[in-house]
Amino acid sequence: MPSVKIPPVLRKHTGDQMSVEIAGSNVGEVLNALVSQYPDTGGQLFSGEGELNRFVNVYLNDEDVRVLDGLETAVTDTDTVMILPAMAGGSTN
Amino acid sequence: MSPEQAEQQTVEEITPQEAFTELDAGGVKLIDTREPYEYEESHIDGSELIPPGVIADRIAVAVPDKSQRIILQCRSGVRSYDAGQVLQELGYEDVASMAGGILEWEAQGLPVESNVNLTPAQRDRYSRHILLPEVGVEGQIKMLEAKVLLLGAGGLGAPTALYLAAAGIGTIGIVDDDVVDASNLQRQVIHNTSRVGTPKSSSARQTIEELNPDVNVIEYNFRLDADNILEVIEDYDIIVDGADNFPTRYLLNDASVRLRKPVVSASILSFDGQISTFVPYEGPCYRCLYPTPPPPELAPSCSANGVLGAMAGQMGLLQANEVLKLVLGIGEPLVGRLLLYEALGTRFTELKVRRDPKCPICGPDAPEVPESEMGQFPDYEAFCGGHTGS
Repeated sequence: MPSVKIPPVLRKHTGDQMSVEIAGSNVGEVLNALVSQYPDTGGQLFSGEGELNRFVNVYLNDEDVRVLDGLETAVTDTDTVMILPAMAGGSTN
Repeated sequence: MSPEQAEQQTVEEITPQEAFTELDAGGVKLIDTREPYEYEESHIDGSELIPPGVIADRIAVAVPDKSQRIILQCRSGVRSYDAGQVLQELGYEDVASMAGGILEWEAQGLPVESNVNLTPAQRDRYSRHILLPEVGVEGQIKMLEAKVLLLGAGGLGAPTALYLAAAGIGTIGIVDDDVVDASNLQRQVIHNTSRVGTPKSSSARQTIEELNPDVNVIEYNFRLDADNILEVIEDYDIIVDGADNFPTRYLLNDASVRLRKPVVSASILSFDGQISTFVPYEGPCYRCLYPTPPPPELAPSCSANGVLGAMAGQMGLLQANEVLKLVLGIGEPLVGRLLLYEALGTRFTELKVRRDPKCPICGPDAPEVPESEMGQFPDYEAFCGGHTGS
């Protein structure tokens, strides 16, 4: 199964797992399956209209899915889907 | 004299003054038998560099005529004497070694070609940089002339500032309106226990001044905003973004694209870090990567989630490394690449980041900003949902 890398901000919704194995033949299927398994991740990933939120980047291996076929991008069992939200941490107290 | 030495021929030794007189008269070949980095620092006009390790191989090309008068010279006269023996064994008939080398030459007040303005103390302090062929004296001078602005003297900025200061970055600006708190000291290694309660910018300045008096530290003990950002960043060559909040990150991006300033940008949370280098119009900008900020509830800070101190240090030093490469013009900066670091697995992952053709800031359709509106920026606090990050 493809593995999905979970960013720190979402790990509280995946039982602290940094990576989960999720079945699916394209990026959209994998992410939707992730949301059905861990419903609290949905708010970060998708807008009300079911589009990927613009502040979240999704990569298939090292490539942004937006330059591939978006949520339609085909995924194989050896692929890694990475969810990458912006982080701002630096000099915070 | 040992038997081994006795077997070898002696080499004629001449004083620097004698060498000068001969060179002045002409017809003499002067060979400098030192290493390239030494030659680069200073050398005698008209000399040819042939390092001692390769002199036996290169002399035939440099001096085809074995009856040619050759003066060999090194730093103190030892390597040139040895080279003289090598040349004599190869059949060169008229070889002399300059006793005392270029040190004695300079001590006699004889002229050298030097494009160097490092003091002896600086040559000593930065010798491990100067030894690197990619840096050398020239690169060290670039560092001493460089001006780097750090946004934040915190988890990222503290280690970055320490290493940039140690490296001899000549001007370091530090923007931070915070004071040192005891909870900072787990990772913000530029501060210390006795400075709790003092402004971070002045604490950082004290540490840097004790570490390296070559560095001029400029403190900005306020928060960057749309009214002051252009004035602050315009004097700098490179900006390091370790800001703790999204409004500042977007403001900095938009201002640095306008002024075409490269930005090295890292962020950290828990055990994870990200870093990229944004060079306007050469690669993507921060907005190409993240067109919009996350809503505040999805943008946790280190204060809420914690951060491993050593990981912050690693990301801060990756920032310093990017800055030094940009200053020196060497290597491959992280332009168009986002490097992710997971400290728990000790894993690095590299992602491609492309320029966004629809980027409202650096894309081809981005509106040109007229001079009169250069200092005007949108309301980033509202853009970022009022998130202030602290």
